[in-house]
Parts: sequence; structure tokens; C-alpha cells
Amino acid sequence: MFFSFMEELRSAGISASLKEHLALLAALDADVIGQSPEEFYYLARTTLVKDEALLDRFDQVFGKVFKGIFTEYGQNPVDVPADWLKAIAEKYLSPEEMAKIEKMGSWDELMETLKKRLEEQEKRHQGGNKWVGTGGTSPYGNSGYHPEGVRIGGESKHKRAVKVWDKREFQNLDHTKELGTRNIKIAMRRLRRFARDGAVEELDIEGTINGTARQGWLDIKMRPERRNAIKVLLMLDVGGSMDPFIKLCEELFSAATSEFKNLEFFYFHNCPYEGVWKDNKRRFSERTQMWDVLHKFPHDYKVVMVGDASMSPYEITHPGGSVEHFNEESGAVWMHRITSTYPATVWLNPVPEKQWGYSQSTKIIKELVNDRMYPLTLEGLDDAMRELSRKHGH
Amino acid sequence: MRFEGTDNYVATDDLKVAVNAATKLRRPLLVKGEPGTGKTVLAQEIATALGAPLIEWNIKSTTKAHQGLYEYDAVARLRDSQLGDARVHDIKNYIKKGKLWEAFTAPQLPVLLIDEIDKADIEFPNDLLQELDRMEFFVYETQETIKAVERPIVIITSNNEKELPDAFLRRCFFHYIKFPDRTTMQAIIDVHFPGIQKMLVSKAMDIFYEVRDVPGLKKKPSTSELLDWLKLLLHEDMPLDVLQSRDPTKAIPPLHGALLKNEQDIMLFERLAFMARRPNS
Repeated sequence: MFFSFMEELRSAGISASLKEHLALLAALDADVIGQSPEEFYYLARTTLVKDEALLDRFDQVFGKVFKGIFTEYGQNPVDVPADWLKAIAEKYLSPEEMAKIEKMGSWDELMETLKKRLEEQEKRHQGGNKWVGTGGTSPYGNSGYHPEGVRIGGESKHKRAVKVWDKREFQNLDHTKELGTRNIKIAMRRLRRFARDGAVEELDIEGTINGTARQGWLDIKMRPERRNAIKVLLMLDVGGSMDPFIKLCEELFSAATSEFKNLEFFYFHNCPYEGVWKDNKRRFSERTQMWDVLHKFPHDYKVVMVGDASMSPYEITHPGGSVEHFNEESGAVWMHRITSTYPATVWLNPVPEKQWGYSQSTKIIKELVNDRMYPLTLEGLDDAMRELSRKHGH
Repeated sequence: MRFEGTDNYVATDDLKVAVNAATKLRRPLLVKGEPGTGKTVLAQEIATALGAPLIEWNIKSTTKAHQGLYEYDAVARLRDSQLGDARVHDIKNYIKKGKLWEAFTAPQLPVLLIDEIDKADIEFPNDLLQELDRMEFFVYETQETIKAVERPIVIITSNNEKELPDAFLRRCFFHYIKFPDRTTMQAIIDVHFPGIQKMLVSKAMDIFYEVRDVPGLKKKPSTSELLDWLKLLLHEDMPLDVLQSRDPTKAIPPLHGALLKNEQDIMLFERLAFMARRPNS
């Protein structure tokens, strides 16, 4: 069941596994939902999608796979097979109710009337939203059938359900993030620096033995646990010449966010100036002053700048050189402020190292970060992390 | 046993399906969403609706997975051995049951809330995989296996501070509580303040959604803040015209303390008010 749906989901990058597929079937088997497509959509969503960023993609796949089925089902009620209706009615109606219906005529007659009634309604309501009125006396209305059955009466849920996934409400949660960042994470582990701070909650065996021997009675010593105390400030160049490297940067970003507990990130364009931002859609309305950044994060933060350093040299060396706005102080001044505030600063460059020599601006930036520019490859990253974990004096 | 929302809680259709799937198949339900959209309250309401006791396990950054199972207090036993306490001979005296143990052996089927699972260490969810999957665990100290009499209903909330491992997610149902639209919000307000003036609510909601739309807010006000603010407005008996005749030069809504929770946001509003006051010459 639903094999093509699962295939479509997986090819759309939603990694629903056999386990989840079985869970969906189990839920259907356990009658968790009634038989409206809307509820099926909700159930499939809660079972198969585990990340709100993927909800939008799920909506698209769901719409694509079930489009033919549900719209047909919703718009041509006359085509609903009679034996299907009968089966549902038999499942949900008590014998007394069945008898009552029988009184109105045989099943065939009933179905015939129903069909006719549906056709009439179809003619009257152009959109076909409500096929049968919700009045109480008609057996075809809401009250005639079990509420869990196919909702022939009442408000048509099918139409609304189609809208639910077609609305695509989760669109702006979708950020295509890359998996398989394990290599990068492992390279970043070099930066781990464990320190004991916080609550005393671990038994210090060595200390206890020592204390006990000294005192002559049991002297329990506790100590805080080891935690990764490294703090990282990540600055990423976005837009323009960085576009070919988006995937690489995303991988780096997603690995970094999961590896470091104290990670702050900002974006800049080409060269950092007086303002950086956190949300690319609002890069002009929501800027953070660079001075605030420099003042807020203490000197022991490790700064990792990521950018291709390819720009016009004026963008670094001259006030007013920025391509986006008028900068009162040159990029070089700001670079200098960053490197002097944070002794541990490296620049990761996604451009292959061989090509650095051809770009004037790359040479300038490399000088500005005291030669600590590394290619954004695993080895480069490894070297950069080694550099960052060296002891830096002020 | 079907969850349809309660008198105090408005559940959307998709939420109902998710809850019912989780309660029926007895798999954990993972709930995510903006802070203040009612993730924690959900567990309490499910417990109320099903008439089940609620066991809450609040996760902190220092919480370890095994604390949910049990803790063996070796230090207390060492101390007792020094003092010659008779209790020392039975190790069971020093085993403290955790919330999971409590939930597994509860006399009545409970709802177990694991609140803010993302606060804990990155390995935390992995350490609970088997326990939540099989609903059993082994106590090394006493060599016994604790197995759930009946699989409890488990609700897990997350604020998305950390990504959860895939293997963990595969075992859960997932629901993302999106921020309620106006109609749902109206229903939520009706539940909390029956008989509140329609006009007041409508004006207040205008202002509320306006505030949410202001770009650059550090913390957007959410449902719980709106409810608090309405409570304040009612308590202060704020006349309707204060909300109605809003002067653009006063960008900060009355009693803003309930809506805006940090000084940068308040400053942002003051700046907006200042801009509005400036003549447009």
C-alpha cells in the first residue's frame, strides 16, 4: 500500500523509512482516523515527517501523488461505487438503523435516489462543495450515516482538505540542509576543549581517596563534569561570487551548529564592515552593529570567517568601497579590529588554494588575517582547527 | 479514548489526529513549535481529557538519560556503611526511581511528559531509544528488568535548540504546532475569556498581529503572551477607545510589558514611535 507515495517522498528527500511506513499502516489498521482525506493527510504527515523544515516538501509530494484521486473523488460524487457505500454503511450502521433504511426501499433504490439527489445538487451548486444538504430528515444528510463514515452530508471536508496541503503553510520553514556532514564534524572535534565548570555533581574518586587517606574518615569529594567549553563565532560571506559554494557552506554551517554549543553566526557580503546580519531576507532592515559584536563576545571566542575573498581590492582598502552601501571606514580597518579583538581568527576560503595567487583581494585578506587563510577542504579545515586550538596570547 | 481538545484547550484537526495516533499506537509524540504555543499545556490537557495522571519530567542541560530510569545513590550507601545503618545491606534502599520507572509501573495508565528534550546533551535522546521503544529497562544493581505494565502515553516537547537524532525521530509521531491563525486564535480566546467584549478582542488581536509583524523583534509575542495581555487589559479595565483610537505617534501598545519581553524590542518600538512623530518634510 502507498508504495509510490513512499517512493516519491524518498526521492523528494524526506527519509521516511520502512519503520514509519509500517507505523502508518498500523495506525490505519487501528482506525485512528476516519475516512476523510484530510485526516489521512494529517496522519501521514505526523507519521512520516519529523522535521518542520520538510513539511512543505511533504505537502507538495502529497498533493502530487494524491491529486488525481482526491479531486476526482471530491468532484464527481456520482462515481462513488455503490458497493463501497454499502460496505461502509454496513460497517457503521446498527441492524436497527439498517432496517429503518430498508423501509425506505431496497439498497438499489436507495442508491439510485442518492445518485439522483447528488446529480441534482451538482447542477444547483456549481462548485459542488455541498452535495447533500445538512437537514436532519434526509437519510443522505449528515445524520443518516455514522459520523466516521464517508461524509456525504454536512460540510464537504474533501475540498477543504485539498486546500490544507495546497496552502503550503510551512513554506518558509524549508531550508535545504545537507546531510553527510560527519567528516566535517570530526574535523571540528579538534576544537573541543573540555573544561570543568558548573554544578559539582561527579564523584571525584582520586580526590576522595586522597581526602580519606589524609583525614582517616570517609571524605567525599565531588567535582563538576567535563564539558566542551569552546566558543565559536562564525561569519559567512553570502551572495554574489559565493553562490557556487552554497552547498559547501551549508554543510559547514550545519556541522558547526550541531558540534558547538556556544556558536554564534553572522553574515556579511564580500568583506565585513560596520554591520552584519543574521537573516539574509532582512539583511537591510535587521543589522547588528559590528561594534556590538566586538563588545558582546569576549576575546576567547574563536572566529571562523568563511568567504571567497574575491572582490575589487577597493572594497577592502578604501572607505566607500563597498558595493552595497557607503562604508565610512574601510574593510581593512574592520578586519583589523576583528583580528585584534579575537586573537584566534581564521579565514576559510572555498576557492581552491592554487587560484588564490591570481586574485589581488585574496592576497590582501590573507595578509589581514595574518596568513591564517585555509582552503575549505577537510585538510584545510583540519589545519584551521589546529591553528584555532593553539594557545593565543593577547 | 479519543482526544478532541478540552474545555480549556483548542486543538486543531491535525493536532487531534496526531494525538490520537500516538495514544492509540502508544508511540511517543514529539511536539515542536514556537515558544508559547501550548506544547507543555498539551500534555496536561491530554491527561485531563483521558482522565490519566500526568508525570512530568522536565529536562535541563544537566539532565542525564539514566536519571529518568533510576539513580543509585552510592554516596548515601557509603555514608550509611560508616554509620553502621542496617539499611546498607539492601541495595534497593539506595535506588531512587526515575520518572520513566514511575510511568512504567504506575497503577493507572499515565501520560508521561518529557519537557524540552532539546535542552539536554546531544546524546540524551539516543540514550533513551531502547527504553522508549520497548518500554523496558534493566537495573544492573538489582539485576531486574522493569517493564511497562501498559505502554504509557509519552509526549515529548522540543524548542528546536538541538537537532534530534534520526533513529529517535523514527520512533515518534511528530507534530509542529504552527502559530494559530486569527480564527483559531479567536477560539482560543473564547475558551480562556468567555464573555469578553468582541470589540476589545478584535482590536487587541489587530494590535497583537501588528506587533508580531514588526520586523526585527527579538522575541515575537505568542499565544500565551496574548492571553496574559488580555488578562491585564481586562484587569485594568482598559477603555475600548484607548485601543481603538491608536495614535501612530504612540507605537507602544498599552500595558506592553506583557507582550514585549526584552528591552531591545521596547526600544525598537520607541524608535518607531519617534520616526512616526517626525514631520514628513
